[in-house]
Amino acid sequence: MENNKIIRLEGVKKYFPIGGGKFTALNGITLTFGEGEFTGFVGPSGSGKTTLLNIIGSLDTPSEGKALVLNRDIGALSAIKAAILRREHLGFIFQTYNLLPVYTVFENVEFPLLLFNMSSTDRKKAVLDALKWVGLLDKIKSRPAQLSGGECQRVAIARAMVKKPKIVLADEPTANLDSENSHHILHTMENLNKDLKTTFIFATHDDKVIRYLKRKILLKDGKVTADEIITK
Amino acid sequence: MLAIKLAYRNLIGAGLRTWLNVFVLSFVYVLIIWHYGIIDGWNYQARKDMQAWEVGNGEYWHQNYDPYDFFTLEESHAQIPETFKKAMAEGTITPVLITQGSVYPEGRIQSMILRGIEPGQKVLALPTEEMNVESEEIPVIIGRRMAKNCKLKEGDITTIRWRDVNGTFDATEVKIVKVFNCNVPNVDAGQMWIPIKKLQEMMQSPDEATIFIFGENFEINENVPGWEYKSQDSLMTEMDEIIKMKKVGGSFLYLVLILLAMLAIFDTQVLSIFRRQKEIGTYIAMGMTRKQVVSLFTVEGAMHAILAIIVGAIYGVPFLLWQIKTGFSMPAGTDDMGLSIAEKIFPVYGAGLIAGTILLVLIITTIVSYMPARKISKMNPTDAIKGKIQ
Repeated sequence: MENNKIIRLEGVKKYFPIGGGKFTALNGITLTFGEGEFTGFVGPSGSGKTTLLNIIGSLDTPSEGKALVLNRDIGALSAIKAAILRREHLGFIFQTYNLLPVYTVFENVEFPLLLFNMSSTDRKKAVLDALKWVGLLDKIKSRPAQLSGGECQRVAIARAMVKKPKIVLADEPTANLDSENSHHILHTMENLNKDLKTTFIFATHDDKVIRYLKRKILLKDGKVTADEIITK
Repeated sequence: MLAIKLAYRNLIGAGLRTWLNVFVLSFVYVLIIWHYGIIDGWNYQARKDMQAWEVGNGEYWHQNYDPYDFFTLEESHAQIPETFKKAMAEGTITPVLITQGSVYPEGRIQSMILRGIEPGQKVLALPTEEMNVESEEIPVIIGRRMAKNCKLKEGDITTIRWRDVNGTFDATEVKIVKVFNCNVPNVDAGQMWIPIKKLQEMMQSPDEATIFIFGENFEINENVPGWEYKSQDSLMTEMDEIIKMKKVGGSFLYLVLILLAMLAIFDTQVLSIFRRQKEIGTYIAMGMTRKQVVSLFTVEGAMHAILAIIVGAIYGVPFLLWQIKTGFSMPAGTDDMGLSIAEKIFPVYGAGLIAGTILLVLIITTIVSYMPARKISKMNPTDAIKGKIQ
C-alpha cells in the first residue's frame, strides 16, 4: 500500500438478501483515498453511496473483496476491534444529525471523548475548541430540540471532529438544510479539512456539496462510473 | 463507570418518564416495607399479648387435656402436685381449672368455658384482683367480646350452669365485676373467669387444676408425672402459623406490586429498543461496543431502582416513622376473627426487611432491564442509525 493511502478498496462487493435472491448494492469497487482528501460519492438513490460509506466506517462488511481502512481489513475485524477503529479514528456525520436528544450541546460533543481515558479538563478544552470551530460556543447548554437544523448539523460536525479523527464520513449532511446553512457547514468542514488534514468522505447527490468537493466519484448501480479530481 | 455516568445523564435527561417510573418503584419499596412492618409488628404484639394474657412463659397441661376437645375437660383435672405448691406460694405459677358451662343472660342460653383462677395471681395480665370483692353472688370477670356476645356489662348478675364431677348439673348466680379489654380472643371470647376456689367447690374437685401457667423466675421441670410441659414457643405455634400464612398472602400482594413496577421498567426498556434505535446506532457509530451498549441500558434500568430508593426515602422514611409513632388502626371487626390482634398495630421495621426489599427490587429491576438490552445487542448498526424498526 502506498504510504499516503489511508483507505484502499479492492473489488468490494456487497449483497443484500431480497426475497429468495440477492440485491447487489456494490459491484466490484476499487478505489484508494489519501490523507486530507475532500471527496464525495455522488449518485442517485440506490447507487450504493451509503453502503460504501458504511463499509469504510466499519459499520458493515464487504460480501466480497477487501476494504482496508488505516491498514485494517474491515472484513476481518472483530466487532470490538471495529468499535475501537471507529472510536479512535473515524467520525460520522448523518443526514438526520443523530444527536442524543436528552443531552446538551456540550454533552453531545463531549460524548466521543467519554470513551477515552481523558481528564475532564482536557475534555472540556477539546469540546470548547470543537464548538468554537463550528461557531456554537453560545449554545453549549441548549438541547437539540432548541436548535435549528443548521445548528444541529454543526453540533454533529463538532461531535465528529472533537476527537480529531483521521477520517470523517458524512452521509447526505446537507439533505435537511437550506442553502445558507448548507454553505455554512460545508465551509466549516472545508476549513477543518485544511487545518487538521482530516479526510472527509461524503455520500451525496446535493449540488451544493458537489461544488465543494476536490474529488468526485460517481456511482451508479453499485459501480464507479467516474472518478474525477476537481481543480479550482 | 462510563455506563453509570451515561445512564445517569440519560435518566436525568429523560425527565418526567424517568420520574414516573422511579415514583412507581419507590411506592413499591415503601408499601412492601410498610406492609411487612405491619405484619412483623402484629406478630411482635400478638406474641407479647399472648404471653401477657394467655400462656405466660409456658404451661403444664393435665395429661388428658385437649383444648380442642371439650369432652376431655371432665377427665382432665387432677390434684395440684406438691412440686408446684412452693412456686404457687411464691406467685410464679398459677393453676387454672377449666370446665364447660352455660350462661343465661336475659334468659338466653349460651355455652361457655368456665376458668377458675387465683384472684391474686400475678402471672397473667388478667385483672383477676377485681374478683376480690365481697358479694352475695360469685364475682366473675369476662372479656369485651364475651360481654358483647352475651350483652352483659359490669354489675350485671346472671345465672350460670355447670356439671360437677359426678355429672350433676347445678346452677348459681354470678356478678360481672369487671369487663376487661384484651387482644387475645382465647381468654375472652366464650370465656368466664371465676375464683378457682369457688369453681373447685362447684365442681366438687377441691385442690384440683386442669392447667398451670407459669411466669418468669419459675424453675422449669419438664418431667412432672401426670402433667405435660408446654413451652411458650409450642403454645404460640398456631399464632406463628397464622402470621406465616399472612406473610404468604402478603407476598402475593408484593408479587403483583413488583410485577406492575417491573412492567413499567420493562415497558420503558422495550420501548427504548424501538424509540431509541437511532441513539443506539449513534452509540455504536461513535465507537461503543455492543457490550457497552447493553451495560448502559441495563444500568439505566437498575438506576431506576437506585433513584427509587432515594425518592422512596424522601417520603417513605417520614411516613414509616410516623406509622411507628401512631400505629395503624385495624378495621373494625378484625379482632372478632379469632386472631390476637390489637386495635392499633405498631409496625416493626427490621434492617433485614429493608435491605432485603431493596435488594430484591434492585435485582429484579436489573434482570428486567437486561432482557431488552440483550435484544439491543443484536441490532444491525446500519439499520439502527437510520431508526429502522427491526
